[in-house]
Amino acid sequence: MTMTHAVFTPFALLGRLTLGVFAALGGPVLFAGQGLKAAFTPRWYLTELMKQLVRVGYLSLPVVGLTALFTGAALALNIYTGGARFNAERFVPDIVALGITRELGPVIASLMLAGRVSAAMAAEIGAMRATEQIDAMRTLSVDPFRYLVAPRLLAAVITLPILVAIADILGIYGGYLVSTRTLGFDGPIYIKNTWNFLTNWDVISGLIKAAVFGFLIALMGCYHGYKARGGAQGVGLAATLAVVTAAILIFAANYVLTTLFSGAG
Amino acid sequence: MGATLELKHLRKAFGRKVVLDDVNLDVKPGQSLVIIGGSGTGKSVSLKCAIGLMTPTSGQVLVDGTDLHAADKETRDELQSSFGMLFQGGALFDSLRIWENVGFRLIYANNMKRKQAREAAIEALGRVGMGEDVADLYPNELSGGMQKRVSLARAIVAKPKILFFDEPTTGLDPIMADVIDKLIVEQVKDLGAAAISITHDMVSARKIADEVAMLYEGKIIWRGPVDKLDDPGNDYVDQFVHGKSEGPIKIAAKV
Ligand SMILES: Nc1ncnc2c1ncn2[C@@H]1O[C@H](COP(=O)(O)OP(=O)(O)OP(=O)(O)O)[C@@H](O)[C@H]1O
Ligand SMILES: [Mg+2]
Repeated sequence: MTMTHAVFTPFALLGRLTLGVFAALGGPVLFAGQGLKAAFTPRWYLTELMKQLVRVGYLSLPVVGLTALFTGAALALNIYTGGARFNAERFVPDIVALGITRELGPVIASLMLAGRVSAAMAAEIGAMRATEQIDAMRTLSVDPFRYLVAPRLLAAVITLPILVAIADILGIYGGYLVSTRTLGFDGPIYIKNTWNFLTNWDVISGLIKAAVFGFLIALMGCYHGYKARGGAQGVGLAATLAVVTAAILIFAANYVLTTLFSGAG
Repeated sequence: MGATLELKHLRKAFGRKVVLDDVNLDVKPGQSLVIIGGSGTGKSVSLKCAIGLMTPTSGQVLVDGTDLHAADKETRDELQSSFGMLFQGGALFDSLRIWENVGFRLIYANNMKRKQAREAAIEALGRVGMGEDVADLYPNELSGGMQKRVSLARAIVAKPKILFFDEPTTGLDPIMADVIDKLIVEQVKDLGAAAISITHDMVSARKIADEVAMLYEGKIIWRGPVDKLDDPGNDYVDQFVHGKSEGPIKIAAKV
């Protein structure tokens, strides 16, 4: 016993180190793989999916709508101020539309959902882990990846683009309100400018981003909940980790996608 | 009918910490085995290995001779579908109604229609002495003892071949504990299932066990029929059964 320990200690250490690195990177990746497999092969639990669609999508509407409206309004003001330095105030509608659809709509809506949805998912699944409900589910021959993870991943990937489309409209409307009420723009001309300037790709690229961010939000919520250890403290930590990692991943993925799209668009 | 469960040279370590060293046990259909042992000796871990929630470091779990952990996924799912487990904390799904908890396996694993599953769930609730009136409540609306009974109903609803009970009576008053003990005995007899239970409660152990095994330092150090419990011929068992602080088992005062 002691002998084997002495012989294997350096290897064990190296092994543990390697495992540690793999666990940090490999854990979420493996989890995502299992989640995707459950999401795209039968059987599906449609009632669970419906529940999640309501929670992730419908109940997030007010939060996403309000933040988009204010962001669009603030953006218009800033562009006006900046544009004034080059006598380029007239570009306000164009830049608001571009900024909202390509960047701020997807990013801000997703960040709000990272706070709202990731944390809730991590807390709920973490509490189920802590009270052995996930183990119980497995002993009842139901795969928690199918029952818990897949509906959440699907719901987020489906609803985020819809929420972002709404955020796009409200964000542009926020810019429109400020521009027409306080900056002296003419309403019909503002709308016409926006409409002529925006391309399909501006909008679609933002919606693709939204789907990816939705996946990351649900993935981090489920992953950290699933891996939660210990009681109330573990659940709290899981919720925090879910929000923080989801937010960081959203920013990182946004950069990567913007780079890819700037070649395509 | 039940199935035979055997644990062979079961070993489970977490990192360097060896919890189970060499556990050998078997239960036959219609037989009820109770595992006793101090807190943290690995009783729950051995159940979790036996039911397939944890993978043992080495050793075998045989169900009617088939190795659960070496089997392919399909065979393992098949074997596991004949298990029923009552968790130490009840582990009811708190977002689902009582009848949905009890009928969970029927709806989500066996594709039963909700209406039929509800009927089957109410029937199972009846078997543990609960009426239809609780069917539409949520778990947090029930007392701890009632939750245990619901959990028991959930474990037996699909007529399992092997039943696992992790501290079924801990935290219950003596009368409720007796009710649960009786239910367990009844279910084992009715279903002809093999049952493994864990308990600290010696009163309960005497009621539900045909045989008792004691887990100590990762091994089964004693096994015998329940009526041998008062005269086990083993100092460790004697100390545990009679709850003496003096004896061969040393409890560290400092943790
Ligand atoms: N997932 C795990 N990771 C690491 N260690 C674990 C894990 N599960 C259990 N252990 C350790 O294994 C040992 C045995 O735990 P177990 O829950 O089986 O005890 P027990 O005999 O059921 O005790 P009790 O009677 O208090 O329920 C404990 O020391 C525990 O810390
Ligand atoms: Mg235990």
